[in-house]
Amino acid sequence: MNNLLVLPLLIPLCTAAILIFLKNNIPVQRWLSALSLLATVACAGKILYQVRMEGIQTLHMGGWLPPYGIIFVADMLSALLILVTAVVGAFCLLYSFGTVGEQRERYYYYPFFQFLLVGVNGSFLTGDLFNLFVCFEVMLISSYALIVLGGTKKQLRETLKYILINILSSTLFVAAVAYLYGVVGTLNMADLSLRVAEAGQDGILNVIAILFMIVFSLKAGLFLFFWLPGSYSVPPAAVSALLGALLTKVGLYALIRTFTLIFYHEPLVTHSWIACMAAATMILGALGAIAYSDVQRIINYNVIITVGFIAFGLSVTADHAMDGVVFYLLHDMVAKAALFILGGLIVHVTGTSQLQEMGGMMKRHATMGWMLFITALAIAGIPPLSGFAGKLLIIQGGLEEHYFWLTGVAVASSFIVLYSLVRLFMSAFWGEEKPRPATQAAVSTGMLLPAVGLCFIMIMMGIGSEWVYRFVSEAGNTLINPAVYIDAVLKE
Amino acid sequence: MELYMSLAIGVLFTVGVYLVLSKSLLRIILGTSLLTHGVHLLLLTMSRLKTGAAPLLGQKAESYVDPLPQALILTSIVISFGVTSFFFVLAYKAYQKLGTDDMEQLRGEENE
Repeated sequence: MNNLLVLPLLIPLCTAAILIFLKNNIPVQRWLSALSLLATVACAGKILYQVRMEGIQTLHMGGWLPPYGIIFVADMLSALLILVTAVVGAFCLLYSFGTVGEQRERYYYYPFFQFLLVGVNGSFLTGDLFNLFVCFEVMLISSYALIVLGGTKKQLRETLKYILINILSSTLFVAAVAYLYGVVGTLNMADLSLRVAEAGQDGILNVIAILFMIVFSLKAGLFLFFWLPGSYSVPPAAVSALLGALLTKVGLYALIRTFTLIFYHEPLVTHSWIACMAAATMILGALGAIAYSDVQRIINYNVIITVGFIAFGLSVTADHAMDGVVFYLLHDMVAKAALFILGGLIVHVTGTSQLQEMGGMMKRHATMGWMLFITALAIAGIPPLSGFAGKLLIIQGGLEEHYFWLTGVAVASSFIVLYSLVRLFMSAFWGEEKPRPATQAAVSTGMLLPAVGLCFIMIMMGIGSEWVYRFVSEAGNTLINPAVYIDAVLKE
Repeated sequence: MELYMSLAIGVLFTVGVYLVLSKSLLRIILGTSLLTHGVHLLLLTMSRLKTGAAPLLGQKAESYVDPLPQALILTSIVISFGVTSFFFVLAYKAYQKLGTDDMEQLRGEENE
């Protein structure tokens, strides 16, 4: 029992509730949301420390023992993810101060931001399948509002599609929960894992597993990503940074949790599906990343490639691959936030999102240019930076398990990531300076600061890989041995 | 009894999917609400439709029906109410601004 676990959920929730009453007082809204994020970071750090020192932490809501009550579980993976969520959230918030505009701030931007964090943190911490559904919905409803806030034509058009897709996938989620409840009669994840193991993962449970795979793939953008490029390009950069860094990762986390904890008995059926989908995602994402010359599209397709890459790691189910999945997931949340923020800055400065219409920004915006360069190298996985260790571990796992073709696709996709991002860098920052739009947009230090912070984290994660690896390998170990998780939840 | 319910749910899903695949936005929203109806009935059916008292301890019955799915359905109903009302308002706003409710015309990059 550890009441600390509910705080990453409770702090943003209370802040959001208070912020609703402060509609017109924007400075107070900013201060309060910044303070609440700092508090969340502190809490997440404390939870991580406790998990490191004392093992997996659990909290039984209302004192009902599992499997009867709702339970919050923080194993190493969840603890790391909520910490990174809080840090990335803090930087996105800092970026939105200067960029999101007073109109949006007046219409409940910060409360929606906090509610999104409630949903994300809840999804990472919960140990109950239906509670996961509810946290997903909290997160999704806030994301609908954040995407459509502002109400321009293209926002309305894309939000219609985004909502429709998510209603469908939520409906399927409830259907999958219903079937699973019908077969095994419980909803607590640890208890589910035990009962699925007892029943043997036969035909019906495999069908349910694949239904869950479809649901979470729709949320994560694994192969079923057709909604993603459109919906992530319409909101302001601060919002798409938040969505790109967190939302797809929650879907991936749900995939990882379900297929390492509950449905791990028939890897030939489930995991080979994931492997095929991962390969298709990497290939299609790579095609998209090369095909477009629009900054936002390029970044969105990079999100998709990464989802494929992490899913490939998950499908391998080897020690190294799992460590790699966790490492790369953490790195990618930071790196994608940085990439979206830098992309937003480039569009802000040049006033266009087409690569052909920009160029020569290096003279005036050298810091931004070098940060984009560092981010590109980190995402591609160049050694001193944070993306390297994760990619290396996943590829090592893939080779050890003789997934040669898939590993080849994964390596090739890294080259394409590098190509697409360096192309972005070269056409925006090198070459002749293009005539600026009449109203020259200025970039203040405050707008650059979040990108600087995120780049600093990427460099430190790369240099301190050994130190990060100690945490990551513990998380990977829990994923490989679900018994550790089950024991911690059920035996108290 | 479960068989009849399953057939009914199947019909709801079929009609829902058919409506979601249509062009008009209003039909799509109706389709999603039929789908959620289907899925709520599915939750109820999957917990077995044995006869028993309503889950109220005051009834002092021999056996009760399973109370858990009812709680799940109640949660899911309010969530889908919230989302559907948001979807309706969004559709209204989109109709005002974009001037069409034909999804075919909202396909590409036009309408900016």
